[in-house]
Amino acid sequence: MEQETEPRDAELISRRELLKRGAAVGVVVTLPAFGTAHASAALESRVATAQAARTSALSAQQSAVLEALVERLVPADGNGPGAKEAGAAAYIERSLDGGLAGGLKAVAPLYSAGLSAVDAYAQSAYGAAFTALPPEKQDAVLNDLAADKATGFDPSSSAFFETVREHTLQGMFCDPIYGGNKDFAGWKLLRYPGVKMPVSPHDQRVGVAVKPARKSTYAGGAIGEYPRAKKEAVA
Amino acid sequence: MSVKLKKTDVVIVGLGAAGGYASLTLARAGLDVVGLEAGPRWKPQDFPMDELRNDVRNVMSQPKAAKEVPTWRPNPSVKATQTGGIRILMMNGVGGSSIHYGMEQWRYLPWNFRTRSETIKRYGASMIPAGSTVVDWPIGYEDLEPYYDKVEYDMGVSGKAGNLKGKKVPGGNVFEAPRTREYPLPPLRRSGWNELTAAAAKRLGWHPFPGPAAIRSRAYNGLPACQYCGFCTFNGCMAEAKGSTDVGPIARAEKTGHLKVVPLARVTKIEVGKDGRASGVTYVKGRKSYFQPASVVVLATYVYENTRLLLLSKSKAFPNGLSNNHGQVGKHYISHMYGGANGLFPGKQLNRFSGPGAQRTSVDDWNADNFDHKGLGFIGGGVIDSRMENKPISAARSTPPSVPRFGSAWKEWLHKNANSVGDAGAQIESLPYEDNFADLDPEVRDAFGLPVLRVTFDLHDQEKARHAFVTAKAEQLLKEAGASETWPQFPAVPIAVNSHAYGTTRMGDDPETSVVDKWLMSHEVPNLAILGGSTFPTSTAYNPTHTIEALAWRTGDHIVKSWKAIVA
Repeated sequence: MEQETEPRDAELISRRELLKRGAAVGVVVTLPAFGTAHASAALESRVATAQAARTSALSAQQSAVLEALVERLVPADGNGPGAKEAGAAAYIERSLDGGLAGGLKAVAPLYSAGLSAVDAYAQSAYGAAFTALPPEKQDAVLNDLAADKATGFDPSSSAFFETVREHTLQGMFCDPIYGGNKDFAGWKLLRYPGVKMPVSPHDQRVGVAVKPARKSTYAGGAIGEYPRAKKEAVA
Repeated sequence: MSVKLKKTDVVIVGLGAAGGYASLTLARAGLDVVGLEAGPRWKPQDFPMDELRNDVRNVMSQPKAAKEVPTWRPNPSVKATQTGGIRILMMNGVGGSSIHYGMEQWRYLPWNFRTRSETIKRYGASMIPAGSTVVDWPIGYEDLEPYYDKVEYDMGVSGKAGNLKGKKVPGGNVFEAPRTREYPLPPLRRSGWNELTAAAAKRLGWHPFPGPAAIRSRAYNGLPACQYCGFCTFNGCMAEAKGSTDVGPIARAEKTGHLKVVPLARVTKIEVGKDGRASGVTYVKGRKSYFQPASVVVLATYVYENTRLLLLSKSKAFPNGLSNNHGQVGKHYISHMYGGANGLFPGKQLNRFSGPGAQRTSVDDWNADNFDHKGLGFIGGGVIDSRMENKPISAARSTPPSVPRFGSAWKEWLHKNANSVGDAGAQIESLPYEDNFADLDPEVRDAFGLPVLRVTFDLHDQEKARHAFVTAKAEQLLKEAGASETWPQFPAVPIAVNSHAYGTTRMGDDPETSVVDKWLMSHEVPNLAILGGSTFPTSTAYNPTHTIEALAWRTGDHIVKSWKAIVA
């Protein structure tokens, strides 16, 4: 049997074939050219509608603390937007109300207690509510949380810090359909080239510049839209 | 009351890697098979390139796995809980975890089947750790070789042979045992990153090779080739290029007309007749309960659910759970270790963001007994895989301990380096021990009111030593490849609940120390087969899927050949 060590490019399905495959499995393909389009306006409005319909698990004050906190985790600077502008806080707040696979609903009580504890700790250790502190003092609070020096947390301030940090990463670097990673701020920060299928041999070489595809996977995936998955994502 | 259905020849509980391949051999032989699967039928449109959906929220675990999470405790003095510890994703669906696994498709080494006797022979009995129940398997590599071959040619495994009928072949794994023929498909595309680490491994005098993958590098058997999208692990394949059993054997078994697939069917009990034989299974679908009578029952869920269903299936003949009159169900539990390292390659755009994780350079030099363990204080080892598929959320998590955890400095580091982080992951063997086991949790119950499984598991000294050794080798590889800094990827901690779990219904010749025989038929219930990793006496370092599938095919053949004796 003949063996080749390098698979041929011909094995990569052309866009045309992929669309045919999509059609074959019953998917309506109506989206813009592969690898170029942003999430469609219609999609964004569906997300916005879904978000507006929610009642927040957080009080206005807790919400403000969350926004300020994630903005210190990922501050706006010369390397691009911060977590607030990128939608990470909105992502967390939305997910606390539920969503895909239950979202972060299970940890909503942890958030609500934890954010109030952040405020209380900021007040007792630094003399002002978290949102009223200057950035350096806010960072000091975060360092105390991470090092388990802050009091008033159950089970621990570091556990709360790690939880918020993890969810901030999710909100920064997830597919934009979930309300985070706005304008691909997170993916640009990482130099992540975006969702593509197929991926060429060139794009897997070391040292080459990969042309980014700035679009949501739901804005016309390789086999079309993902109707069920998309519905679940914005639900 | 359950609705009593028409009797079938065979009922399979769980249509994953094991159930899928068993269903094909049985249906091809003309036996009527009913396949009950707790999950739905997923379609390519359910597999978007969406890390949050797949890796983080694990949508495919929602039908069942997420609702009956086993509890875990490191030892009996601690209360077991459903949270805490590291938990690796599981899922449900027609095709099971063969849909979403990383697709590394390893054959085991001859040593893996004879760990105990080979260790004593080479190093003496003192190298078997105290309290370990490590044993030889009742079968050897030569028994499984024909079935490894069948599975490889059935799905189209991509790889490079290292040993053809005893002759070493350059480019493959020099440590592999003889295989009858070359892989049906050439290795997956070699990326720049793959070549970088292969060259480094060679400079170290090691023996790198493209690791075998259950992903088609070319179209094969009417199924397409990999598109290198980078959303492979913990996701299904929207291009249908993975060797998942739903698109392969299950689809073909259905075409024979002898396999009836019942999705979203949740089995709650294996029933036993007055004669002490399995009479069929009770399952719930929708709001109704059904009894499916069968001549043969094949239990093929997963380690945790295999154990739980047996322990829940109590009867007069089996008061402590089915096939458990020798108290062996739940014993010899093993959870795999993960290790290895990340490395920083400053200024180099590694472009690892795409491709499947199975697109990799593998190193087997520090696995099994491929190296001399004299003076090391442990046996076995790990397999190192230098992989692609660096997804964005995961990339953002992969920062070294030297970098701040947040703020502008962290952000600056990510911007500069997220595309310059290399991977040398490792899967590391864990041995079985007397004090690692699974039983029913006395308090925690699932939505049906049934107890969930309770896992008692911790690492022992040999495990920690083995983990440190293999992780140091992974760091050495990355440094040789040009990393300025390396840091461990996965600590030496017990994985509380693992998609690479083993044991609990061990195979063996002696009913006093095992649950199933070498054909994976129950010692105590002659018409009950138990398939999957739960039958493995040892974990090995490799991932288990290929061996699970080869064994399932072999058991299917055995049931067909011995049908009269089994149903008599």
